[in-house]
Amino acid sequence: MSVNWYLVVSALIFSIGAVGVLIRRNPLVVLLCLELMLNAGNLALLGFSRTWGDGDGQIFALIVLVVAACEVAIGLGIVVALYRKRLPIDVDELRELHG
Amino acid sequence: MEILFFLFSIVALAGAAGVVALRNPFYCVLSLVVHLIALALLFLLLEAQFVAVAQIVVYAGAVMVLYVFVVAYVGGGDKPAPLWRANAKQRALAIAFGVALFVELCVALLGTGLSSLDGDGAQLGAGYGSPGQIGELLLVRFLLPFELASFLLLVAAVGAVALAGRRPGIDDDDLPVAPRHGLVEFQRSAATGTMAEGVGGYGVTVPMPEPSEAVAAAHADGLPEQSVPAGEGTT
Amino acid sequence: MSLQTAAWLVLAMPLAGTILIALGSRGLLTGKASGWLGTVAIGAAFVFSLITLVKLQDLPSEERHVASSLWDLANVAGVQIKLGIYVDPLSTLMILIVSGVSSLIHLYSVGYMASDRGYARFFAYLNFFVFSMLLLVLAGNLALLIVGWAFVGAASYMLISYWYRRTTATTAGIKAFVINAVGDIGLVLGTFFIFREMGVLDYGELFGGVQEAFPKNDASLVAAMILILVGAFAKSAQVPFHTWLPDAMEGPTPVSALIHAATMVTAGVYLIGRLHPLFEWAPTAADVGVITGAMTLLIAGTIGLTATDLKRVIAYSTMSQIGYMIMAVSAAAYVGGFFHLMTHAFFKALLFMAAGSLIAAMAGEQSLDKMSGFRKAMPFTFGCFVVGGLALSAFPLFSGFFSKDAVLYEIGQRGGWYVVVYVIGYLGSVLTVIYTWRMIFRAFWGEPCEQARQLEHGHLYHAPHPVNPMTGELEDSGVGFPGEEHHIAEQTWQMKWAMSVLAGLAVIGGVIFLPFGIMDSLETFLEPAFADSIIEHPENKGLEGLGIGLTSVLAIAGIAAAYRIWVQRPGTSAQLQGRFAAVHRLFVNKWYFDELIDLLIVRPFAWAGRWSRDSFERIVVNGLVVGGSTGVVKAGSAAVRAMQTGLLRGYAALVIGGLAAVLLYFLIRSA
Repeated sequence: MSVNWYLVVSALIFSIGAVGVLIRRNPLVVLLCLELMLNAGNLALLGFSRTWGDGDGQIFALIVLVVAACEVAIGLGIVVALYRKRLPIDVDELRELHG
Repeated sequence: MEILFFLFSIVALAGAAGVVALRNPFYCVLSLVVHLIALALLFLLLEAQFVAVAQIVVYAGAVMVLYVFVVAYVGGGDKPAPLWRANAKQRALAIAFGVALFVELCVALLGTGLSSLDGDGAQLGAGYGSPGQIGELLLVRFLLPFELASFLLLVAAVGAVALAGRRPGIDDDDLPVAPRHGLVEFQRSAATGTMAEGVGGYGVTVPMPEPSEAVAAAHADGLPEQSVPAGEGTT
Repeated sequence: MSLQTAAWLVLAMPLAGTILIALGSRGLLTGKASGWLGTVAIGAAFVFSLITLVKLQDLPSEERHVASSLWDLANVAGVQIKLGIYVDPLSTLMILIVSGVSSLIHLYSVGYMASDRGYARFFAYLNFFVFSMLLLVLAGNLALLIVGWAFVGAASYMLISYWYRRTTATTAGIKAFVINAVGDIGLVLGTFFIFREMGVLDYGELFGGVQEAFPKNDASLVAAMILILVGAFAKSAQVPFHTWLPDAMEGPTPVSALIHAATMVTAGVYLIGRLHPLFEWAPTAADVGVITGAMTLLIAGTIGLTATDLKRVIAYSTMSQIGYMIMAVSAAAYVGGFFHLMTHAFFKALLFMAAGSLIAAMAGEQSLDKMSGFRKAMPFTFGCFVVGGLALSAFPLFSGFFSKDAVLYEIGQRGGWYVVVYVIGYLGSVLTVIYTWRMIFRAFWGEPCEQARQLEHGHLYHAPHPVNPMTGELEDSGVGFPGEEHHIAEQTWQMKWAMSVLAGLAVIGGVIFLPFGIMDSLETFLEPAFADSIIEHPENKGLEGLGIGLTSVLAIAGIAAAYRIWVQRPGTSAQLQGRFAAVHRLFVNKWYFDELIDLLIVRPFAWAGRWSRDSFERIVVNGLVVGGSTGVVKAGSAAVRAMQTGLLRGYAALVIGGLAAVLLYFLIRSA
């Protein structure tokens, strides 16, 4: 079972996540799709770690996990704050930061 | 071995597709949980036991639960239809990008001809993937990233509390428009947003400060729908 | 002190003067200090010129041409131009004349310009002019001469439009500058054609090499020299480039005295004299010079007969006398030409100074029609006019007599068709005498006018309100207009002293070169500069005697005739005007040169400018180039601005699309 397969699966999950980010309008779901992409990266990292045979990739994946958790916390905090202020929870409506 | 791989991969991909396609955000969250568990099983196939368990405990266990709470609070299921998808053109473009990305990645991966990717991988040591090895690596070789990651967690925690903390006047239902308070005012009104105030309402020690003129001016500037006229300038 | 040092100091003094006056004009130099500083600077230049003269005469005759250079200005691609000067008898004579007469005019201006608000500016400009003229004269190569030429033109412009709030003055300044610029084109083009063949611009190498580089009277050399002549004519106000000189009388009188009588307008004469080896090797070009000089002589003389503005009469007289000089140096009569240049500087500057005094007495009024009977009121000014007038008319024993005689004698010596020129010269003499004494008799004889009567009682006339003398427009006496006070020679010692010195020189200045070889110091002095002349001047005592007799007779008869027409029988001139009405009209309208130039040159150019502005400039430059480039930028920025939508998904699309593109690029590159 070569690592190639895992990498292909990882690429597929990554693409699905990318499509999700571009398609969905609910910011919560967008964040979920971001998680998809991160996990795809984790899978690839672990695959490579398996190839090399040392644990560096696993450490990397763990740190990615940590970062993903933090990011989710902040992202959800922002969504909660948006909801509190009665702003529309729609990515297309939130565009005041334009040029 | 291959059977397990294909099984778990299909489940993972199904979960991923579910996240993207399902209307109700709650169902999306659940779909992601399924995806995460399948991914953890894939990790197991890659002999990364600790990471797999961490994935389930931390990711599917804690982060997704947080997600469930927030989805319950925010909802987003009120008007599912308009929030569900982009219009057709954007959809087509997104799918095109996704396909392009996937194809390119596959070409990159499969076409490299790197021998290491085709093989079964290196000979693994005894403690590969075990908590012992992870712990040793974390504390010996990757001490700095470890510490930085913990620092990052601290920052995230503080930030989340700050973002989601209660501020005066936010939940006033009698105000037609929520007054927006900038960061300046937040720094000044340090005593607000406490649990006591949140529970007991106003009338506690610190009175609500008036929005200053600067903040009011900031409000005036920050109105939406204000665009710079793109007319002919003088040369 | 060596010769070179003295010569460089001659240049440095006026330059230092102008810089110091300009720097100090705002606070340090108050009152008349800038005037005195300027005068001292030029006086110092004169002293150094004298030292240069002495040192030059110490050298043996063959070595009296010293070149000295400070550094290379340009040494690239076969062009080598040094910042170098060339000291020989001709340039020494010129710097003596320029610095000497200039210092006297500076002294005069200290008093004359006293109440003018732009006093310091005047002296800074005047010093700058003297520096430029000295640079022109001392330059050791054609490039530096062109630099001095251009500076002199700029100084002339600045000084003509000195009273810059007067529209007539600024218009005159522009006219002078534009015509000068046309001359500059000729000069530079001519220089280029010579340089193209010979590859050098240094005088020594030029003069030595011209006979090998060109065959005699070669067409390209003639063309180059005629182009250089164009430059000389424009600067020296010869027909048809002369129309700027009468208008240049808008400048203050010291400016007219210095620039438009004694120095700048003689630059053309100097140029021809300096380049005489080239002119002698291209006789056709020299003949063009002679003919133009002769024509100018006559035309200017006739216009002077009918001009009514005092300063313009003297201006046309200048034009006419410079015609004599151009004629002379083109006909290889170098000693005569430069002798006349020197004496003309004396008596013409004197005449202008006296005219300034008279105009001040008239409170700015310049028309001869309004002046009469000033003899008793202004005796000193009258005396100066008479002395200057006698010298100008070549009255026997005055300086002008000997110089004009020398000019015509040397031209007559050449024989052949130059006899015609000789006759024209004497015709011009007649005209000179008549217009000079017409001016003097009209202004000083007859019933005293209002201003003269008031002056006889010791009260200087003041006009009720300052006006522009040409158009009658109202003015004030602030910066950019003449000052409130008027200074006449009788009351201002600086003017008196300067005019006295010049009057003395106008009387005795002829002593350095007397006919029949009685005294030939000037000729001996100038001989080393013109030793390489290939033109012969056979002696002809009979012609000399004829010349002296003719000049004297014409002068005396002319004065008598003028006396009869304008003093004894006052109605005669009106009668003559009536009888020769058409001719009179031609002279009064200055032979219609201004109108011709306007019709043939100014209007077509203006039309061409308007047309190109409407067609090429508007459509191509403004529309395509400027509009196109800004349009492209605007469109590009509009496109980029369209990306800043604020839509999260748009940005995400950009990121993912960009990632895909980059991956694609790397894939293709590694394939």
